[in-house]
Amino acid sequence: MDLKRTVKFEADRDPEFARWISHTVGGERIRHCLQCGLCSGNCPLSLYMDYTPRRLMHLSREGFKDEVLRSASIWLCTACYACMVECPKNINITHLMYALKQRAIAEGLYPKRFPIPVMARQFSQMVRRSGRITESWLILRVFLRTAFWRLLGMSPLGLRLARAGRMPLRRERMKRREEIVALLDSVAATKRELAL
Amino acid sequence: MKFTYYPGCSLRGTGRAYEESLLAVFRALDVELEELSDWNCCGATTYMSVDELTSYALAARNLALAERAHKDIVAPCAACYLVLNKTQHYMHDYPEISLIVTRALAKIGLVYHDQVRVRHPLDVLLKDVGLKTIRAKVKRPLKGLKVAPYYGCQIVRPYSTFDDQRSPTSMDRLLEACGARMVHYPLKTRCCGGSQKGTLPEIGLDLIHYLLSEAQKNGAEAIATVCPLCQFNLESFQKESGDRHHPISIPVLYFSQLLALALGAPPNTIGLQRSLVPIEPVLAEKEIVYA
Repeated sequence: MDLKRTVKFEADRDPEFARWISHTVGGERIRHCLQCGLCSGNCPLSLYMDYTPRRLMHLSREGFKDEVLRSASIWLCTACYACMVECPKNINITHLMYALKQRAIAEGLYPKRFPIPVMARQFSQMVRRSGRITESWLILRVFLRTAFWRLLGMSPLGLRLARAGRMPLRRERMKRREEIVALLDSVAATKRELAL
Repeated sequence: MKFTYYPGCSLRGTGRAYEESLLAVFRALDVELEELSDWNCCGATTYMSVDELTSYALAARNLALAERAHKDIVAPCAACYLVLNKTQHYMHDYPEISLIVTRALAKIGLVYHDQVRVRHPLDVLLKDVGLKTIRAKVKRPLKGLKVAPYYGCQIVRPYSTFDDQRSPTSMDRLLEACGARMVHYPLKTRCCGGSQKGTLPEIGLDLIHYLLSEAQKNGAEAIATVCPLCQFNLESFQKESGDRHHPISIPVLYFSQLLALALGAPPNTIGLQRSLVPIEPVLAEKEIVYA
């Protein structure tokens, strides 16, 4: 018999994580959460989630770091803001979800070949190089790095879109691309300086 | 009337019909749109999830450029509209964000004084142009075409000020002014899944299916959208989502395509040929002559 303690002790929680989440920009109001559940009730994805938004709010502010960062819910959030519209305490739930996603990416806590971090990385690289996104190339790059076999299944749709002129392969580029590089580098430098 | 126009990346790719038809609408209404010179990607929802501070700086470059032109900026893409608005809010509310962004802009010789208003075409059409003017310019009435008005999520919440966050009506009123009839569509602001179809396909397809079947059940002959990603999802995956539930085939157009059609624009200039599910049979049945 494999018996495990299912209830956490105070000491098992991570107070640093609790402090971090309630100090993220836009996330300060998490302490005010009433646990009313309007966010979960309005979330179109909550019925697929392991922890609903209401539970995530509570787990995060109490420092249940592992449960939160390993939860599938943070990857299910599409940032549709339905939760925020209803929140009686004006908690910036969508923003907190973004913060949790970033933290999970930073700590490498996501399934292998998971497309969301890959997509995010490809997206930011393309912005740095060209200043704009060419959707056709972005899609190709993400598929090649995650599930290239699915490209085959997608190719009929790709062809139909191409025939309709909706998948131009010509790369969209801005002129003063050096400005984007300077902008990105400056943000990175200030962030280091302020230790954000 | 003149505005700065921020197309964004999607309107140059999968959403080309949106740009084509929108320009046709504004031309027909004598509103001048001047494209923001050398604009860059707004960062969209994708950049937000890796590094929001950087995404505010990206958006702010566009705002600073627009400010030089002294005009409101029109952003038709839902993601661009939200990100530009959100950047303004966060720069306003958080000194540290403002500091980071201001420094980055200074590196490329730009300043931003928070003087730009970010506008959505729906807002401009209703408030600046007005239903009366639009109604007077309708050349090809839509003859009671039954439309499900689908707004998606990012246009109406949480930063927009021009419409209700739960039950918006701006697109309803515009299309009704063109002679279309809106069907009851309570899911009008429910999320289409965004890029979920690419990342977690089964769930993405479920969300798409609910939206399509609700429109069909309520008798819609077409769905009107305001967002390139919504349009793409609802139109491109009808077969795939139908295979998991029941088959559906319904044209999904940009609201601007219907508007441009009603205002008399030639159909080859408003991207109808780019649809994967053609609207032509519906128009023929309604005897809406557009050739």
